[in-house]
Amino acid sequence: MLIILALLIPLLTTVLAASFRWRPWIGWTTAGSSAAVLGVGIALCVRTTTHVPLTALDGALRADSLSSFMVVVIGTVSLLATLFTPRTLRQEIESGVTTPRYARHYVVLMEVFITCMLLAVLTANLGVLWVSIEATTIATTFLVSHRRTDGAFEASWKYVILCSIGIALAFLGTVLVYFAELHVGGTHHSASLDWTSVMAIAHHLNPDVMRLAFALLVLGYGTKVGLVPMHSWLPDAHSQAPAPVSALMSGVLLTVAFYALLRFKAIADAALGPAFPRALFIVVGIASLLLASAMLIAQRDLKRMLAYSSIEHMGLLALGAAAGTPLAIAAVLLHILGHGITKSVLFLSSGEIYHVEGTTEIARISGLLARRPVLGGIFGFGLMALVGFPPFSLFVSELSMARAEVDVGLWWVVAISLACLGVIFGAFASHARQMLMGAAPSTSAGPVATARSVAVPLVTALVVCALIGVVAWPLQSLLHSAAHVVVP
Amino acid sequence: MSTTYVGALELASGAVLVSAIMTLWRRQVRSIVAMLSLQGIALSAVAIILAVHEHDRALLITGLLVFAVKGIVVPGLLRRVSQLDPNSRESAPLVNVPASLVFAAVLIVLSYVVSSRVTSFAPTEATHLTPIGIATVLVGYFMLVTRRRAVSKIVGLILVDNGIALVTFLLTSGVPLIVELGSSLDVLLVVVVLQFLVVSMGRHLRTDELAEMKALHD
Repeated sequence: MLIILALLIPLLTTVLAASFRWRPWIGWTTAGSSAAVLGVGIALCVRTTTHVPLTALDGALRADSLSSFMVVVIGTVSLLATLFTPRTLRQEIESGVTTPRYARHYVVLMEVFITCMLLAVLTANLGVLWVSIEATTIATTFLVSHRRTDGAFEASWKYVILCSIGIALAFLGTVLVYFAELHVGGTHHSASLDWTSVMAIAHHLNPDVMRLAFALLVLGYGTKVGLVPMHSWLPDAHSQAPAPVSALMSGVLLTVAFYALLRFKAIADAALGPAFPRALFIVVGIASLLLASAMLIAQRDLKRMLAYSSIEHMGLLALGAAAGTPLAIAAVLLHILGHGITKSVLFLSSGEIYHVEGTTEIARISGLLARRPVLGGIFGFGLMALVGFPPFSLFVSELSMARAEVDVGLWWVVAISLACLGVIFGAFASHARQMLMGAAPSTSAGPVATARSVAVPLVTALVVCALIGVVAWPLQSLLHSAAHVVVP
Repeated sequence: MSTTYVGALELASGAVLVSAIMTLWRRQVRSIVAMLSLQGIALSAVAIILAVHEHDRALLITGLLVFAVKGIVVPGLLRRVSQLDPNSRESAPLVNVPASLVFAAVLIVLSYVVSSRVTSFAPTEATHLTPIGIATVLVGYFMLVTRRRAVSKIVGLILVDNGIALVTFLLTSGVPLIVELGSSLDVLLVVVVLQFLVVSMGRHLRTDELAEMKALHD
């Protein structure tokens, strides 16, 4: 029942948004719907942490603690993003960037997007998982091109072409898993791509087929995650989309695709042993970290800077998954939540910065802390959280991932990633110094207040991010239980 | 094992690959789209032949679905894009046509090497043909990389997708119906989205030569 509710809420909101002309109350309804999804997610977590997984619709939908955790992540980030929908659309309509007609499209597509992500984490079938992740690409294409500028069209074209060809590889990989499932033990018996039944026979899947399948899955879903070498759509799409869309894409869409990789990693670990999946994750993880640190040093655009930082964090997740111990997976999941919250705070505040400054070019933004203390403060604390300062939860999760990597003898991986994190810290520090503390333009007047509707949600989100870093209590047993879905 | 079944299966699978290579050879967008339609029909024939042979009703439905989507609807959508500019041709591909055909031959050999380990694990008449599907996928990727017009890129994407569908039919007699329905819908929607994008870009940038899109870079 809870599972169906989690899907029904955004679905009904979609219908509602589609059947009325754009009005601000529709925007507030979408925020309410995201809050409800978050509530259902928490209820699912409470049920699945201690009990057996829930199923619905004859077992077509299934929620274990890993799915429930992902529902909470989706609910949290989409709540933040949809709280900004009315404001973003009002600003865009006032400045003539968009019209009420496109505002309606925007809201409908946002809700379809959220529904697809929820379906991806709640389906029991690995094929339907692929279908829903591909559907997120379709829903978000027009969100990326929402501003209808040259850059926006170019970004959405690259996005849909690259993600479609990438995710096609993941489909081929899924088909090969199905092929292996069909021929377990050389006999032809019924197969369904159902998670529980695949996991039950995972030890017997043909290793040759599974090796090819897993490599294709890492490349394919890796495209959607934004892992090198298939990352090149990401900076363009994230910098061209409206801020709430960037927040959702970066904060949660990437990690929903990563969730798919975690599921297949569990299957591959059983069929192949941990060495092969680990090697693949290390290669893509380190490549992503190296590329992100190189691109961040000389970055000139604020939103592209945040996008490359997403590639960095996805690389960290891949390295954490490479370690693969229960501690590592729990840390990966905590990092997914922490990164989701922090990155959406940063994208949403960068949208606000764009609104007041009229630019996202780093060199043209300066003295933000003196001129707009609240907005600048939120942005500064967000950056601190992102580079892993305590007390924010990313500090805890990065530390635990590093510990888990050392535990399995991957100390050299930790050394490389620490070096990259050092470079990235330096890059962020110098960009932040320019934007927050650089000399204010002489034309500007005294400090300007920031609207409460902007400040309250963002500050709350940062406080939550710090709290889950300090108090592990509500999450510990959940993360533990979810990690054991991936590491049985 | 009846020889008609094997012969028909080989013929239909072969037609999928031949039409893929023809898309590399032709330059007129209209005839490329016609090849694509032929490929969709050949693909649905593969599904239907397998369905009849294995008495598999779900696969028969899949075959009819493939006929409708890949044989008729998708080429129809592309035809509408090409009508924006009736004389449209792939003017200057990054690799010229004769070299492309040679490259396609290399890709076919490569696909036999790649798939040998997978097919040897469950050898049947159908799985022996899997390299044809892999070769179609690779030709599709080649087209995506070397052709510059937006329409040609969409064609490349559809070739990749058809190749994967062929592999699916030959290896596993199709995936579960719900997955098949979902993925067909996705493919259809992707083509619709791309068509919209090309039309709006054409109106906006007045070109679909992707080489001219350079607004975004680091």
